[in-house]
Amino acid sequence: MSTNGQNGDGLIQLSAKDFKTDQEVRWCPGCGDYAILAAVQSFMPELAIPRERIVFISGIGCAARFPYYMQTYGMHSIHGRAPAIATGLSTSRPDLSVWVVTGDGDALSIGGNHLIHALRRNVNITILLFNNQVYGLTKGQYSPTSPVGQRTGSTPMGSIDHPFNPLSVALGAEATFVARSIDTDRKHLTEVLRAAAGHKGAAFVEVYQNCNVYNDGAFDFVREDKENRIRLEHGKPIRFGAEDEKGVRLRVDGSAEVVDVAEVGEDALLVHDAHADEPSIAFALSRLTRDTVGAAPIGVFRDVARPVYDELLQEQIEAATEKSGPGELEALLHSGDTWTIS
Amino acid sequence: MAKPVEQLDQVVIRFAGDSGDGMQLTGGRFTSETAILGNDLSTLPDFPAEIRAPAGSLPGVSGFQIHFSDHDILTPGDNPHVLVAMNPAALRTNIKDLSRGGTLIVNADAFTDRNLEKAGYTISPLGDGSLDEYQVHAVPLTSLTIEALKEFDVTKREAERSKNMFALGLMSWLFTRPTEGTVQFLEKKFASKPEIANANIKAFRAGYAFGETSEAFTAQYEVKPAKLRPGTYRNVTGNQALTMGLVAAGVQSGLPLFLGAYPITPASGILEELSRYKHFGIRTFQAEDEIAAVGAALGASFGGALGVTTSSGPGVVLKMETIGLAVALELPLLILDIQRAGPATGMPTKPEQADLLLVLYGRHAESPVPVVAASTPGGCFDAAIEAARIALKYRTPVFLLSDAYLANGSEPWSIPDVSTLPDISTEFADQPNHEGQFQPYLRDAETLARPWAVPGTPGLEHRIGGLEKADGTGNVSYDPDNHEYMVRIRARKVAGIAADIPELEVGGDEDADLLVAGWGGTYGPIAAAVRRVRKDGGKVAHAHFTHLNPLPRNTEEVLRRYDKVLVPEMNLGQLSKVLRAEFLIDAVSYNKVRGLPFTSGELAEAIEGLL
Ligand code: SF4
Repeated sequence: MSTNGQNGDGLIQLSAKDFKTDQEVRWCPGCGDYAILAAVQSFMPELAIPRERIVFISGIGCAARFPYYMQTYGMHSIHGRAPAIATGLSTSRPDLSVWVVTGDGDALSIGGNHLIHALRRNVNITILLFNNQVYGLTKGQYSPTSPVGQRTGSTPMGSIDHPFNPLSVALGAEATFVARSIDTDRKHLTEVLRAAAGHKGAAFVEVYQNCNVYNDGAFDFVREDKENRIRLEHGKPIRFGAEDEKGVRLRVDGSAEVVDVAEVGEDALLVHDAHADEPSIAFALSRLTRDTVGAAPIGVFRDVARPVYDELLQEQIEAATEKSGPGELEALLHSGDTWTIS
Repeated sequence: MAKPVEQLDQVVIRFAGDSGDGMQLTGGRFTSETAILGNDLSTLPDFPAEIRAPAGSLPGVSGFQIHFSDHDILTPGDNPHVLVAMNPAALRTNIKDLSRGGTLIVNADAFTDRNLEKAGYTISPLGDGSLDEYQVHAVPLTSLTIEALKEFDVTKREAERSKNMFALGLMSWLFTRPTEGTVQFLEKKFASKPEIANANIKAFRAGYAFGETSEAFTAQYEVKPAKLRPGTYRNVTGNQALTMGLVAAGVQSGLPLFLGAYPITPASGILEELSRYKHFGIRTFQAEDEIAAVGAALGASFGGALGVTTSSGPGVVLKMETIGLAVALELPLLILDIQRAGPATGMPTKPEQADLLLVLYGRHAESPVPVVAASTPGGCFDAAIEAARIALKYRTPVFLLSDAYLANGSEPWSIPDVSTLPDISTEFADQPNHEGQFQPYLRDAETLARPWAVPGTPGLEHRIGGLEKADGTGNVSYDPDNHEYMVRIRARKVAGIAADIPELEVGGDEDADLLVAGWGGTYGPIAAAVRRVRKDGGKVAHAHFTHLNPLPRNTEEVLRRYDKVLVPEMNLGQLSKVLRAEFLIDAVSYNKVRGLPFTSGELAEAIEGLL
């Protein structure tokens, strides 16, 4: 078996159009989901996987409408359960490329348990989490990623919930691939999708997605102000800003800080290593947020190899079959002490 | 000099001791010896949910009852003829069940002041005359065992622990059981510790020899093999039979089996056992929770596997939203509910039949799901295949109900000839079905099942989901007429299964005035009670439901044939509520919820009360 998305034979010539369905897309005009859908549809042909071997599974929420718009196999399931359903599908059908599309409420609130366990098991699925920091479908309640103080329909005096940082959660859950991109940055989002699809095992991608109806501008600090995008590139010192004048350095306690490159010199900067076994530095990077530094890293935080659940299960099946021979029902029924009455 | 051998037609023995005394193992070995001898038998393990309750305490008592005979029997027996009590607590909790004049064997060494106090005795019952109506054998099992093992290189504690094998040896002598099986079993079980194996074998043989030589035991008893139907038999518990039934369903459908499960008593045994059958291509997945377990099973079904999830009431409740999704997706899915006493955690190791209304109605909205119930431990095998057959043919989730009594109880099972098992294979869609297009909800005219097109099939790419779908295309639809149509057609599909399941059969006196109608795990006690009443000259008929949704097509006709219908259930009247609601029948309920199976005696009384 190969990676999720790189198991094509290279002979298939598809275009973005081939991944569009006859269904009318029904997100609010201006919703960031449109841009993500377009990016995914135009990236898909690159996989060179026949459409019938691709499956999109979603839970509930605005993002969860996604499978209806992909000309592949798909399931729009129930709230929060997509990673569990995808786990059953992926482990029983290693020949498929299985994708989960979810949102912040779906993945981190009602479905939090399934998300963390799919990640730690390293099931061969790619999870795209559209984070808009609000419940859109139910018309604007705060979500587990909403910042403290956010006023919404259910928090008229401001949210008092400390939010989840999705990437910190994923890293804490032993994820082997963790990345972030932005809905409107087609080029970057495509690069991240490519890396995620090429990863063996569970890949987790957070996409900053603007909900222009209930939480407009939540990510303007990076969507609009491009100088606040801390681009992570493997093997390169981490620099950002309009003139690349800023950089990221590790403190002695292992946390990351933003520094002035002119002041500290390039050699002091953290060189990004996406393939480091130890997730601590990736975690430190995930703590750089609008709240802490007014900027946020995008790109691949972590991409490491670890045995894939689906493959391990398949290996056990093969080992058991090798040892005992293919199962014989007759022999199974007669196993143990038997006696015959004539 | 050999002691005389007396013939008996049946015996009920209960082994009772502390959870740490190995009573389940002792009972299990006695059962194997009995099975090999060819008696008919039925067993009832009864153990606490705590792995080790405080030693010597009343809640820590673990019991194992076996009923064996030279004729066919239906239950583990109401009252034991012989009680083996390994300590005062075991005596106290079990003595009330021992038959008048029955044999009581106690471990005299365990009747210390401390143990007596823990069991709530102020003076020893062995000396106060309270046991006069029984034949009491106070045997110092512990010291005899230690004495027998003094040559062995084992600690005193290890020697003491072999006392259950001494007791087993004694009982094996008393009831002339074959012993080779137990010796082989011990050799294998302790293969890596030969000294322990030999010590246990020695204790077992010493117990046997004690019976032969002790003057306390004046006779041996023999129960001749039963004349069961010809065939090859093995002893199975309900959970073992269910497991084999699931394997068989996979083989007979030609589909890979996928089990998603979360550990829960009394269903975990199925997960454990199935995970040993990977060479059948079976995938078992221990999920993070009950919801993920059923979700993964449904995901596997979407991919063309036979998706199964196993649980018990508290877990089934958690799965219900996903089962509702399976109703909407119209995909095959098996949900096994091994019922236990509740609500909440209730009594996890004790049986109850109180999830019937849950599985019939415990989902939001109109959400019909077929329900199959197993009646006997061996019958769990057929129930699994039947549930899978319905799920695959009608593309629907199906509940299979068992309970803690069937799950852990055992009986001889006539091993079916594999070539006679039903073919339950089904076809995947591989072609467009409507003007060159694929419509995922274009139904089969006869079964009303929708086509099952699995990912990987070129040209049939489609999306399904929990939102209401337009008939045919499966596209999201909020059209009022379409919703009404879909609700009704899903109901009609499930109701239509009635034409494809066996009719309700009536046993006993078909022309009686009273029908006893039961379902599921009460089969044995009800059938035994009916047999007893008829033997005493009473006229009574018995019908037992194995399909609870839809009900067999002749149900109403059968019920109306009788003046009175008695419905015994281990709940507060769930099937009787259904029968009353569906057929306006004045069913009389007989209910008990003690976490114990019905005794045939109490049911016989209930029946006689209505004659
Ligand atoms: S509510 Fe927000 S997230 Fe949902 S479709 Fe509208 S803009 Fe998009």
